[in-house]
Amino acid sequence: MVSATYILDLFIGSFVLGSMYALLAIGMSIIYGILRLINFAHGAMLMVGAYFYIMFLTMGLDPITSLPLSMALGAVLGVAIDFFAYRPLRGGPELSMLITSLGVYIFLENLVRIIATPQPRVFPLPEFLKGVYRYGDFSVRVIEIFTIASTLVLFAALVLFFTKTKVGIAMRATADDLEASVLMGIDANRIIMIAFALASMVAALTGFLWGGMYGQVDPTTGFMPGVKAFIAAVVGGIGSLTGSVLGGYILGYAEIYSVGLLPPEYSGLRDGISFLILIIILLIRPYGLFGREVERV
Amino acid sequence: MRDAKRVLLTALIGAAFLLLIDSFASGYHKYLIELMGIYAILTVSLGLTNGFTDVFSLGHVGFMAVGAYTASLLTFPLEKRPSYFPELPEILKGAYLPYPAALIVGGLLAAAIAFVIGFPVLRLRGHYLAVATLGFMAVVYSLLLNLEPITRGALGISGIPEYTNIWWIYLWLGLTIYVTWRIVDSYHGRAMIAIREDSIAAQSLGIDTFRYRLVAFVIGAFFAGVAGGLYAHLITLIDPRAFSFVLTFNIIIMLIVGGMYTISGAWLGAVLFTVLMQVLRPVEESTGLYGLVELIFSALLVAIMIYKPRGILEEELPALVRRWLKAGEGSKRS
Repeated sequence: MVSATYILDLFIGSFVLGSMYALLAIGMSIIYGILRLINFAHGAMLMVGAYFYIMFLTMGLDPITSLPLSMALGAVLGVAIDFFAYRPLRGGPELSMLITSLGVYIFLENLVRIIATPQPRVFPLPEFLKGVYRYGDFSVRVIEIFTIASTLVLFAALVLFFTKTKVGIAMRATADDLEASVLMGIDANRIIMIAFALASMVAALTGFLWGGMYGQVDPTTGFMPGVKAFIAAVVGGIGSLTGSVLGGYILGYAEIYSVGLLPPEYSGLRDGISFLILIIILLIRPYGLFGREVERV
Repeated sequence: MRDAKRVLLTALIGAAFLLLIDSFASGYHKYLIELMGIYAILTVSLGLTNGFTDVFSLGHVGFMAVGAYTASLLTFPLEKRPSYFPELPEILKGAYLPYPAALIVGGLLAAAIAFVIGFPVLRLRGHYLAVATLGFMAVVYSLLLNLEPITRGALGISGIPEYTNIWWIYLWLGLTIYVTWRIVDSYHGRAMIAIREDSIAAQSLGIDTFRYRLVAFVIGAFFAGVAGGLYAHLITLIDPRAFSFVLTFNIIIMLIVGGMYTISGAWLGAVLFTVLMQVLRPVEESTGLYGLVELIFSALLVAIMIYKPRGILEEELPALVRRWLKAGEGSKRS
């Protein structure tokens, strides 16, 4: 029986999942825009971010300081990965960076597996995010509201950052034309560093939200969200901020509603459905909904 | 004519080796060598697209899965079918083929699917193509899990007759290498390499890039499908997890580390992978550091991409050996 509250539940569920995809897709999009790198390792940054948070908690810090610290540490790790793995490849074929990022993903997953064991860890949610609001049959968790709100706030902040600040404008210029921007006196390496720091920071935050939503993390947690975010970014038009966010929401809604409304025996097809959307979008608009066609010569 | 002699000689030497292994190697080592052969079929056939043509596919394991399930269903004992697959569609209830034919049908079905999805997917480029083929793999995985009447979902199919032996595997590996070599070493292969190096220049020379990409993709899929059938009848048990992202990554690692621009590199990658795996697993188990093997492989992959982006074997092995022999002669004379 499909009731109104059920539809509303699905709506909130999709909004939350879509928000997390959107946050990851933003990071992928920023990096792709500048480096033309589809960063498979981005999903691992989510998982690592969640583990950083747990690590700071076990060191005895309170949640309010642990979250920013885990985001900062995520940013440092992102910059380090770029320095050691991607920077030596710059100027080479596009695909070599893609392959390397696959390697980096496997590396991070297994590093965490060795350090923190493969067993899932309980993700302790701070007290102030634990509550549930109830209105009759309908209920919504505080972490869900927090996820949606932080996504929207972050999106607005990033839009301002990319349109109003000098660094943000320089980043867009670099994404538009790397060589011309270097001629204009932009330090490309610095811009790429900022891009990785920013993207990894957002991924670490997503890790916190993901852990909070599902209550546990394990070393493989990042894989599927990473791949989905990647699809979201491509569907929306990789390189476009608005496109990525929209792509994230499209995917979130498609996934939750297809599971929620189709008969239960089809619910296992959810991952297949995301990829089907991707393939259809790529066929109709090969550069995504908001992407611009760039002919490489 | 010289080629024919050389091929015959190689085949004879190979058969002699196999005979030695078959009669003296322990069961475990034989099994490893069999697995190595299947990996080699996968890497060599993947090299046709990922190495020789500018098509970086991540969907190879999807084709392998199609071949594995098709061949297993076709050879599955007829009398056991009604109880084992209660909801099997009518057509499949009586469809039985002997093992060699089942392998080929599995390969052909994989090739047919490659042909159909090739039309949309191969028009994409670089990254987008990689993602779309990964998407294909995920769709196959998802179908294997959910088409329960045919695949039995997560349970998988067990009790597949154990028909595969070392001879079948290396016969197919030989065929794969031979076909790949004949393609690469022909007008067709030159066109493929031209597309890889510069697709726009190739197009301007009148090379139909799409057609060559499609041919490479379809032939690669055929051998992946056969490899799947061989694998199923070796392990005798298949489930969707066997054809997941892990295997996809492993095959990519083998191919790239070995050298994806040469046939020798592709199978060398498979050999190295199997050997390293056997050396490192005990270390992992004794230290309790699970994930160590993958950690080392992924670090190796990144290091190869940075320091030796064309892989360990940048040149075909026979060419290298010939040059080495010539250098030896030169030093003797002086």
